[in-house]
Amino acid sequence: MVSTATLDSAQASSKSRIVNDFSIQVATVNGSGSQSSNNILMRSIFQMGVPVSGKNLFPSNIAGLPTWFTIRVNKDGYVGRKKEIDILVAMNPQTAREDVLALEPGAVSISPIEFKLNEVRNDVIHYLVPFTELAAKTTENIKLRKLLTNMLYVGILAELLEISEKEIERSIHKQFEGKTKAIDLNQNAVRLARAWTKENVKKQDPFFIEALNKTQGKIIIDGNAACAVGAMFAGASVVTWYPITPSSSLCEQLIDYLKEYRIDPETGKATFAVIQAEDELAALGMAIGAGWAGARSMTSTSGPGISLMAELTGFAYFTEIPVVVFDVQRVGPSTGMPTRTAQGDVTSAYYLSHGDTKHIVLFPGSVEECYSMAVQSFDLAERFQTPVFVLTDLDLGMNNWMADPFVYPDKPLDRGKVLSAEQIEKIGKFERYKDVDGDGIPYRTLPGTDHPLAAYFTRGSGHTDKATYTEKPEDYINLMNRLERKFNTARTYVPKPEVSSHDNAKIGIIAFGSSDVAVKESRDQLAKQKVPTAYFRLKALPFTTELKSFVEKYERVYVVEQNRDAQLRDLVRLELPEYATRIKSILHFNGLPIDARSITDAVLEQEKSSSKKQAI
Amino acid sequence: MVQSVSPPAGAPKPTTNRIGLTQADYKGSASTLCDGCGHDAISSQIVRAFYELGVEPHMVAKLSGIGCSSKTPAYFLSRSHGINTVHGRMPSVATGAGMANSSLHLIGVSGDGDTASIGLGQFCHLLRRNLSMIYIVENNGVYGLTKGQFSATADYGSKLKSGVVNELSPIDLCGLAIELGCGFVARSFAGDPKQVVALLKAAASYRGTALLDIISPCVTFNNHEGSTKSYKYAKEMDVPLHELGYIPFFEQITVDYEPGSVQEVELHDGSHLRLKKLHTDYDPTNRLMAINTIQKANTDGQFLTGLMYIDEKKKDFKTIMDTVDEPLVSLQENKLRPPKTALAAIMTSLM
Ligand SMILES: Cc1ncc(C[n+]2csc(CCOP(=O)(O)OP(=O)(O)O)c2C)c(N)n1
Ligand code: SF4
Ligand SMILES: [Mg+2]
Repeated sequence: MVSTATLDSAQASSKSRIVNDFSIQVATVNGSGSQSSNNILMRSIFQMGVPVSGKNLFPSNIAGLPTWFTIRVNKDGYVGRKKEIDILVAMNPQTAREDVLALEPGAVSISPIEFKLNEVRNDVIHYLVPFTELAAKTTENIKLRKLLTNMLYVGILAELLEISEKEIERSIHKQFEGKTKAIDLNQNAVRLARAWTKENVKKQDPFFIEALNKTQGKIIIDGNAACAVGAMFAGASVVTWYPITPSSSLCEQLIDYLKEYRIDPETGKATFAVIQAEDELAALGMAIGAGWAGARSMTSTSGPGISLMAELTGFAYFTEIPVVVFDVQRVGPSTGMPTRTAQGDVTSAYYLSHGDTKHIVLFPGSVEECYSMAVQSFDLAERFQTPVFVLTDLDLGMNNWMADPFVYPDKPLDRGKVLSAEQIEKIGKFERYKDVDGDGIPYRTLPGTDHPLAAYFTRGSGHTDKATYTEKPEDYINLMNRLERKFNTARTYVPKPEVSSHDNAKIGIIAFGSSDVAVKESRDQLAKQKVPTAYFRLKALPFTTELKSFVEKYERVYVVEQNRDAQLRDLVRLELPEYATRIKSILHFNGLPIDARSITDAVLEQEKSSSKKQAI
Repeated sequence: MVQSVSPPAGAPKPTTNRIGLTQADYKGSASTLCDGCGHDAISSQIVRAFYELGVEPHMVAKLSGIGCSSKTPAYFLSRSHGINTVHGRMPSVATGAGMANSSLHLIGVSGDGDTASIGLGQFCHLLRRNLSMIYIVENNGVYGLTKGQFSATADYGSKLKSGVVNELSPIDLCGLAIELGCGFVARSFAGDPKQVVALLKAAASYRGTALLDIISPCVTFNNHEGSTKSYKYAKEMDVPLHELGYIPFFEQITVDYEPGSVQEVELHDGSHLRLKKLHTDYDPTNRLMAINTIQKANTDGQFLTGLMYIDEKKKDFKTIMDTVDEPLVSLQENKLRPPKTALAAIMTSLM
């Protein structure tokens, strides 16, 4: 008998089944090849119609350091990170002790028998498995055994949780597409583990998966792939990048999509150029050059790259050149935590560069929006002739999310105010930086326009309406005021926030990006505790008029964000100084994705202290 | 829509080039550089070269970084789009512009500070990619615009006005370019307009990055005794490797030469470069000879000018990137946005 149940309450709880509402954490060693097993596990649950999400917590390392994959199963569709782990698969000898000690009493631990985790604590349910012995039966090939060990825990979980055999097989087929040998080996390993479990394990935990109908017609995709799909359907034709986690997979997946769908069928040649630059300065420089010449251009990076792009971003702002920059945010500089998530680039992206600069920033809150805002970002960049930042983060960008299938763009590309030779001929003149329409947006011409009046000379800060050199005070003031006018016009173009409210809400919550799932779950938790809330999910900077009408309605407004310095809270206060004191902050910055429980606890805590203050 | 600005009535008909434009149509706005600055001499040769070649001005894009040299694109070809980028980053902006619109003739102007110091990385990678463009370094050994500090091309032992002597090794941009695989490497002197114009024309006919490292004296900060980038020094030390003749594709001239005294190179657009041998027996298609000759000249303190190296068979960046023949900027929505069925197929694969 290899399974030890040491807990009475665990046996008791097995009577009350917990169906489709728990979390699984698989602890492995980086580079051990557990990725495909984890995907298969997650997909199988998804295919059973049960809402699910998967998060990879990985180190900045290629092989050897610990890595965790967490799967959240939730029938109500809460797929943000869950703070507590219900089922641990402890495969990493380095962390097994710590991992099992971190569990709540009553949780499940599946581990290799030789780890002797049952000696570490006895208030959790232990399933001790002879993994080495079982792996030996999966194949003769010693190298493959290590990989197949990962499929063994899939089989054990499948048997314990009653995951359908058919769905496991389907996801194995999907994972290994046509590689029959791999499919056979993996399926065999799963069967072996299932059979062993059936024979040797007495189920003592309460967790089950039951088929639902909540994922039909949905897709699973990560945010980087979603941005890539969006960029391709936006017609991006010059793409530049310098590899950096967590943004690399955006351009890598974009390359794959472009090679599939943007090769000219007649000539077999590319209708795009993807250039791996020598650094982020060059990446942005190239994208700016392409934008100036009239192509839809983009680059993708993370915080360190954003810092390097500062000077050229200001250049593009002043010279009014369209370009899209994806920033998949991560924790702080240099080494240490580069593979952890954060929302720490809000102010740096918004104000990037020297002098007076500010930029349009979009905040996708889901993979659907990664796609739709990627499409929209190119329209905005060309309409406003300016850099547009799309800020996602590692959690949204690199993790797998369920989503509704993306909708084909319903509007044609908006190429903005570009004059052709024929138009110039008709108008009889062209002044590059003149505000002809009163919206602050001037007209531009592209190099190669065949008209003697079309050309102009592009330079940084000192230029007149006609793009000639100037250092006159009034010319600079005129330019700066027009850029401000243009920015104000953008307020009416950027995506509006998503606003909703419980009845009788006295407090509001403002959040953006990947925090959305956790905030939605937290609001339900708060409502259960008789704290109704209103919610304003910000989708873009600059702010739109909706911000004021939201903030003025509530006694207190909590700005929830994943950084230390309350960056968005500060921007909200700057925008609405008259309401500064009611704008509070809830911060989460430990490198892990934000979770609902932490938000709920923080709101309740601050609400308690403000009601005390009122009582005094 | 090539049209010349019409001369006042009654004036004698000015000479025009093969596309009916006058030399004035290739001029820029008035220079604001110091009188006698070498950079202005180079601008004049750019005007002349493009006029004589009959390049359509609207098909040229001018690019530069930051410095006195980088200001000059405003002083030639005012009928071409131009972009004065930031310090040291012109190569990347050019790469993006060139990939977006491969039908443009790109001409980049930089300085020795802009290229050899802050922009050295981008310069190297531009050459590796072999983007089709003319890249001119107006090399004066100092930072003119920030008032005369040494640049990284200042020769060993060269003296600043203040008497400070450079003790660091100079970067030889031509040697570096050959090392990095550049297929058109030339060195010249702003005081030799004939050579400069021939090299400019040859560079315009070349597909790939054509580097012109032109010694261009800074009369204000680096033209004194003790400078190795002064007019006097360059004039006295200049050793041309050959006499250059450029024969454009539209004007085939045959001249008889003594056998063996002339080397002919055919360029991508069908034009020819004739190299009339002078005292040395120099073959610019020989990479090792080029490297050796440059190294030797540097050791001997010689100032060699001419076409140092040429490789007309190198693939340019567009060819490597295998993009459609038409410029990417000319693609319309039907080519840029895949159809509904494509999105549907992607969605199905993710279900
Ligand atoms: C990022 C940045 N750093 C410094 C400067 C200041 N700066 C302007 S021009 C210049 C040097 C230019 O030297 P060079 O390229 O040799 O041009 P020259 O003036 O000699 O023609 C410097 C350092 C700048 N404009 N930008
Ligand atoms: S300072 Fe030197 S480089 Fe600059 S314009 Fe004057 S002479 Fe030319
Ligand atoms: Mg200089």
